[in-house]
Amino acid sequence: MTPTQSNARTDAPGGAPPQRTVLEAADISRALTRIAHEVLERNKGAGDLVLLGIPSRGVPLAHRLAARISAVEGSDVPVGALDVTMYRDDLRLQPPRALEHTDLPAGGIEGRTVVLVDDVLYSGRTIRAALDALSDLGRPGRVQLAVLVDRGHRELPIRADYVGKNLPTSTGERVRVLLEERDGTDSVCIEAAAALGIEAAAAVGIEAVAR
Amino acid sequence: MKPHLLSAADLTHDDALLVLDTAEELARLADRPIKKLPTLRGRTVVNLFFEDSTRTRISFEAAAKRLSADVINFTAKGSSVSKGESLKDTALTLEAMGADAVVVRHHASGAPHRLAHSGWIRGAVVNAGDGTHEHPTQALLDAFTMRRRLNAGPGDHQATVGTDLAGRRVTIVGDVLHSRVARSNVLLLRTLGAEVTLVAPPTLLPVGVDVWPCATSYDLDGELAKSDVVMMLRVQRERMGDAYFPSAREYSRRYGLDGRRMTMLPDHAIVMHPGPMNRGMEIAAEVADSARSTIVEQVTNGVSVRMAVLHLLLSGDPAAHEATA
Repeated sequence: MTPTQSNARTDAPGGAPPQRTVLEAADISRALTRIAHEVLERNKGAGDLVLLGIPSRGVPLAHRLAARISAVEGSDVPVGALDVTMYRDDLRLQPPRALEHTDLPAGGIEGRTVVLVDDVLYSGRTIRAALDALSDLGRPGRVQLAVLVDRGHRELPIRADYVGKNLPTSTGERVRVLLEERDGTDSVCIEAAAALGIEAAAAVGIEAVAR
Repeated sequence: MKPHLLSAADLTHDDALLVLDTAEELARLADRPIKKLPTLRGRTVVNLFFEDSTRTRISFEAAAKRLSADVINFTAKGSSVSKGESLKDTALTLEAMGADAVVVRHHASGAPHRLAHSGWIRGAVVNAGDGTHEHPTQALLDAFTMRRRLNAGPGDHQATVGTDLAGRRVTIVGDVLHSRVARSNVLLLRTLGAEVTLVAPPTLLPVGVDVWPCATSYDLDGELAKSDVVMMLRVQRERMGDAYFPSAREYSRRYGLDGRRMTMLPDHAIVMHPGPMNRGMEIAAEVADSARSTIVEQVTNGVSVRMAVLHLLLSGDPAAHEATA
């Protein structure tokens, strides 16, 4: 059981308009603050922590989390980025994509507690790829997962340790996460995917439409 | 991107930047404890070399292996080709073995094109040098090396991502006539916005060079002061008789890069050579071993660039590739 059940209130309006906002900027901020405290509580401080964001939107989230953790603990937490493109299992199903930047903190990950940070947890395939990528980079002591939104529909036995919000969705919907650093605004909304090829979208496991 | 890489002209500005940016990210693999990615696991890359080569073949082999592909090396010597097997039959054999990509070097210009468009094989074809025609991955690694040296401070390679070579002046010196490297470089550097000048004796400039997208000159000293990059080409004696210039000594005096000429270059300018070098002929040892020389870097960068090319050609939807073929 994740510690977020108490937060699983729904502020979506009734009915199903094409797009509804489920998290406002203030909600995202509160969720991240709570996750920061949960990370510290679970790991008894920030001593061994390394935060690795999964591009693209996991990276700014990891930086925000690190800032909150530093504010509480008074010491800096190493933050980095981990691109998983080359480890994905759907490379052959999609057009070739540009690689994102992988950036490991100077201290490395050997023996540390690595917290992977991503915006949306969906099929779990991205996290599977991230775990493979991690094991090629070193041997972390522990690996945990923090996500802003868990939308369900897992295809692999993977769960998050820290969840900003559990968001029940259908596979036909898109969860769109917008962040200040990239998009100029903070929000999470759900779009009905009327125009989207639903079967195709589900088949390739679109986690978050990041464009 | 097109499904094959046969010519540097196949690459649009965006394609070229995609390859270079991907290579920049892949270059960081060299700093890792495990220098391998699982991307091409289970795919087969055949190195089909009808002509001698060390660095290109090894570079492609290292690139494919770092992406976890299975590599089959085929050299004409010691194969059925020496018994008279045709290109077609060799290709059909490779297809029957299930090659996903064929990296081909051939002494005949156009052989990779024939291989790609004949229907003999379904895999992607990468031109690793055909006759005196093209060598596109060499041009890509040269552009990558220029971008790293010219567009960023030392060590700050990340700053080069997304940049091209607009306004850079590149002087390519030597045996342009027999050089597939020169041809591919002219095409790619033009795409990336650089201004290219070819410097060679009149006998070593190809017929029709006036329609190439570059300038030409017979005077090396006049070009050096305004060059950001000087690329020396190997004098390809195996492809020529003796009739192209009076003597090696005279060639070296007029078109060789020695210590004196190196001092005429701007401070930031770099010296490149695709290898293998004739030390003392087109390039003096003191230049080849100087801090301006990128010759060893070019070899290292070659692996990253070829990884990027193999990744971009072999990942993605095969059906989508075929649709654009």
